[in-house]
Amino acid sequence: MLQKIAVPVLAILGFLGFWEFIVWVNGWPNYKMASPSDLPAAYVRFAPLFLEMGWQTLWRTVAGLVVAVVAGTALGMAMGFSRIARDALYPLLVGFNAIPKATLVPVIALLFIGQHDFNTVLMAFLISFFPIAVSVGIGLSTLEPEYRDILRALGASRVTIFWKIALPKTLPEFFGALKVSVTLAFIGTNLVEIVSPHGRGLGALFKSGETNGDYPLMFAVLIALAVLGIVLYYAVVALERIFAGWAERPQG
Amino acid sequence: MANLIEIKGVTHAYRTKAGPLPVLSDLNLAIPEGEFAAVVGPSGCGKSTLTRLIAGLMRPDLGEVWLHGEPVRSPRKTVGMAFQNPVMLEWRTILQNVILPLEIVAPRMPQRQREDRAMKLLDLVGLKGFEGKRPSELSGGMRQRASLCRAIVHKPEVLIMDEPFGALDAFTREDLWQTMRDLRAKEPFTCVLITHDLRESVFLGDQVFVLSGRPATTQHVLDVDLPADRTLDILFTPQVADMLHLLRDQIQIAQGRVPGAAAAGGH
Repeated sequence: MLQKIAVPVLAILGFLGFWEFIVWVNGWPNYKMASPSDLPAAYVRFAPLFLEMGWQTLWRTVAGLVVAVVAGTALGMAMGFSRIARDALYPLLVGFNAIPKATLVPVIALLFIGQHDFNTVLMAFLISFFPIAVSVGIGLSTLEPEYRDILRALGASRVTIFWKIALPKTLPEFFGALKVSVTLAFIGTNLVEIVSPHGRGLGALFKSGETNGDYPLMFAVLIALAVLGIVLYYAVVALERIFAGWAERPQG
Repeated sequence: MANLIEIKGVTHAYRTKAGPLPVLSDLNLAIPEGEFAAVVGPSGCGKSTLTRLIAGLMRPDLGEVWLHGEPVRSPRKTVGMAFQNPVMLEWRTILQNVILPLEIVAPRMPQRQREDRAMKLLDLVGLKGFEGKRPSELSGGMRQRASLCRAIVHKPEVLIMDEPFGALDAFTREDLWQTMRDLRAKEPFTCVLITHDLRESVFLGDQVFVLSGRPATTQHVLDVDLPADRTLDILFTPQVADMLHLLRDQIQIAQGRVPGAAAAGGH
């Protein structure tokens, strides 16, 4: 237990030390590159802003993720159960996923003018549903026929088979995808927050730091984003333990 | 006794890219209630197709499958299935796995009653004390035992087994043969066992059906005239040796070879 916490904490401290060293050894001034020791001051100075903006970024990201889970699972189910849906949707989804989402920000901004919250949640969703759809689709379409047959032979309906077997069996893949989606959703949220004029959230705080040439603030925002990402990631890990803990094998 | 399962003139073909692939051709089988029918035949001769037809999971192109005097047109609750893969649901405990069919077949049965029923069977197959374990914590043979319990927990009229012991080592397999024999004495059911193991077919079966090569038809029926409480020792008697010899010859015919030719070629 101690080791489980100590190892990652030491790794992070090591990273911060390395960062501090690089800035110091190059003699970079604050307006070129901030170092970790500059950050506490930035946090203290902008503490209320960090709380407010951090909360905005967090809830929009989570909202986008929730939509991504619902829509991604629905798409995955369609692709997992129907060959036609699979053939029809795969090229579309892969093509859509290959588009850099930054290019969509102005499109969305123009479509839904001023709907900043909506646009941000939408982008978080658009960027993060793909892994979920693919993993659920593959999980369902690769279900061994025997698993279906033991219930189908008893006259069970497709819905029953889905709830009792297909869904739980797909959960490990689903959570694997959700871990990828969590970090992607943050990228989506910040894309809109940074690019949109008069934005809100940590992205907007970063932008204002950039406008004012306040490098410590910019890096403080980046670290805050990283922390939020880690928190959300481990929230997913906790959910995975609860709902798909059975898939974890004891390590020998 | 009346026939519980009757397969009348069943012909079936799979549609493949290279055209229709006939797997069963005018197949006829009759299995009386309470009997244990073992089905042997060369690889890929359509034995698994037969199990799916009896279970109502698919319908034949021609002919009919009758169960209890009624034609089978769709899956029915009175069938239990076991496969080579024990198909354990890893997220459920062994007890919860065994209960699964009751959740479908008897949705109103109190949970307590389901558990009692499952525990009784687990006790019969020697898994008492393992009911709370996850399938991944059990050996292959134990998982297969649990799979057997699940197949008969809802007291099916027919137990259909598709090479259930095929992936087990020889000793575990013999253990499970005896478990099957004991289960049958306490929980009577009609059984169709698909197998590649001739000794298994004779030890467990009341009748052994030999299917011909693809497309399969009934090539030979052997009545196994042995006591119900047979022990493994019986496999070493001349009577059983003769049966095994006959079955082996039949399999060779089914494979399109001359019986005994392989043995003669060795000299």
